[in-house]
Amino acid sequence: MAIGVKVVSRPGSLGQQTYLPAIAEGLGVTFRHFAKNFIGNLVGLRAKTDIVTIQYPEEKKKYPERHRGLHRLMLRDDGQTRCVACMMCPTACPAHCITIVPEEAPDGRIEKRPKIFEIDELRCVVCGLCAEACPCDAIRMDTLEHAMPTYRRVDAILDREELLSRGTRSEAKQGGVGAFWREKVKGEPQTPPAANVVPAGSPPGPTEKSKQES
Amino acid sequence: MEYGTQAFDALAATAKILFMILGFAMPLASILTWLERRQSAMMQDRLGPNRANIGPIRAWGITHFLADALKFMFKEDFVPPKAHKFLFMWAPIMAMAPALIVSAIVPFGAPLCWGHILDKGSVCESPVPLQIARLDAGMLFYFAIASLSVYGATLAGWASHNKWAMMGGLRASSQMISYEVTLGMSILGSFLVFGTLEPSAMVAQQTSFLDVHDLAHSWGIFSQPVGFLLFLTAAIAETKRTPFDIPEGEPEIIGYFVEYSGLRFGMFFLGEFLEIVFSSAIIVTIFLGGWHMPDIFGLNTYLMEHLPNIGFVLFSMLIWGGKVFLFCSFQLLIRWSLPRFRSDQLMRLGWQRLLPVSIANVVLTALVILYFQSR
Repeated sequence: MAIGVKVVSRPGSLGQQTYLPAIAEGLGVTFRHFAKNFIGNLVGLRAKTDIVTIQYPEEKKKYPERHRGLHRLMLRDDGQTRCVACMMCPTACPAHCITIVPEEAPDGRIEKRPKIFEIDELRCVVCGLCAEACPCDAIRMDTLEHAMPTYRRVDAILDREELLSRGTRSEAKQGGVGAFWREKVKGEPQTPPAANVVPAGSPPGPTEKSKQES
Repeated sequence: MEYGTQAFDALAATAKILFMILGFAMPLASILTWLERRQSAMMQDRLGPNRANIGPIRAWGITHFLADALKFMFKEDFVPPKAHKFLFMWAPIMAMAPALIVSAIVPFGAPLCWGHILDKGSVCESPVPLQIARLDAGMLFYFAIASLSVYGATLAGWASHNKWAMMGGLRASSQMISYEVTLGMSILGSFLVFGTLEPSAMVAQQTSFLDVHDLAHSWGIFSQPVGFLLFLTAAIAETKRTPFDIPEGEPEIIGYFVEYSGLRFGMFFLGEFLEIVFSSAIIVTIFLGGWHMPDIFGLNTYLMEHLPNIGFVLFSMLIWGGKVFLFCSFQLLIRWSLPRFRSDQLMRLGWQRLLPVSIANVVLTALVILYFQSR
């Protein structure tokens, strides 16, 4: 033969050559996992097992605070929309999914308000620049909801009333809170961090994130 | 109807067939399709399919096999245009029928005392053996019928008019025929120890769980541990499951049933689980004491003396069914723990490792029996 064949003897003892101890060890590992998960799940101690399954929709993963979801329009103390139709959010929007037609506000202190406020959720890329650009805390994306699929395109366009229906009163100061808006008031108790999984039967509502006044 | 007549025996056999096939094997094989997914999920720190429900009844998703059955029914029954019509139709039957026929020789409970089912005590004048067919050559019958399942795989591959399916069928036939030799040789030691080929007589001899002074009356696993290991390995290869599932490694190589859909594939699928059930039943019968319970604190003796005959018979059937179920779970554990063999490793293991060890096991057993008989 032109090519030499090198016969290499397999090292190790008889157990290593037959693989029987390794097979027994592997079966032991899988059986240990099975026994722990099975018994724990059977007696209702899911938290003590290693099972990573989250049973949606009975159990949901808790979204982080910075999650960007469906839009909502916030309200002023008197129930009116905080939006003053300053056109900053459609200007900042890279997908051009926000349409605002302003009208004159009856309140003498406020110059404008939106007559038409529409967000096309089919075009929205959920970047959050509209909420970032808004100087009045009028638009937020903290609903922790997703844009649901619809059978008709027109149903995916949210109008002003629908956006306001998700809104709540905002305590933000008109025109922003200045350079120290992130500073917390001293002495205010800090809320403990929430668990990762919300228990079944309590659907999460919109998180109330009121910005603190300076 | 008079006990002992031919009509009585025929009626008793029919009742046993209905119980064994419709009452035990089919439900267990169907549950195993769901149990496999849930057990493997638990081994991998998951929950598995637990959402199949009928209205408010969920029961951990146990009705998933009904959804599987409906899926098989509603799939299109596709037959390749140039396939051999008759053999294409016949191959799933050849795969499933031997798995069902081998149940005839399996004893699944203590003898029933006809006419005295409410009496206590162990003396019985009119026993009805809980075994469909009592043959003196019962295990030979098992090997003969189990050999026919090779035709299921080979005919399926050949009749599909698909070169890949034919290669899969040839791989399946070579594997099954190779490991059949080890299957037969590995169990000869148990035949020598028990001195019979009749499964019911084998079970009757395994009265003790473990008696170091009388291994012939202990469970077969203690008198033949090497035979048990060899038989288990060869039985897994016969059922074509991991680590011996080259014939049906669907993600990597095409198997012999690649052209089958709907209920025809369902017959291959369920036939595989039926083979698991009955290979577990054979192993329980020969190596794990059959329907005998270990006499822990004299419980078995107490139940035998104080329970009515029908009570003890039902108890023994529960013991046997529980053993078979646990052994099926053990086979599922093996499937999801070990990797697959390569083709050359498979053949080398079968012919050059398992077969010589099984032959040596038979010779050694014969020498040991000869030595003890000559004392």
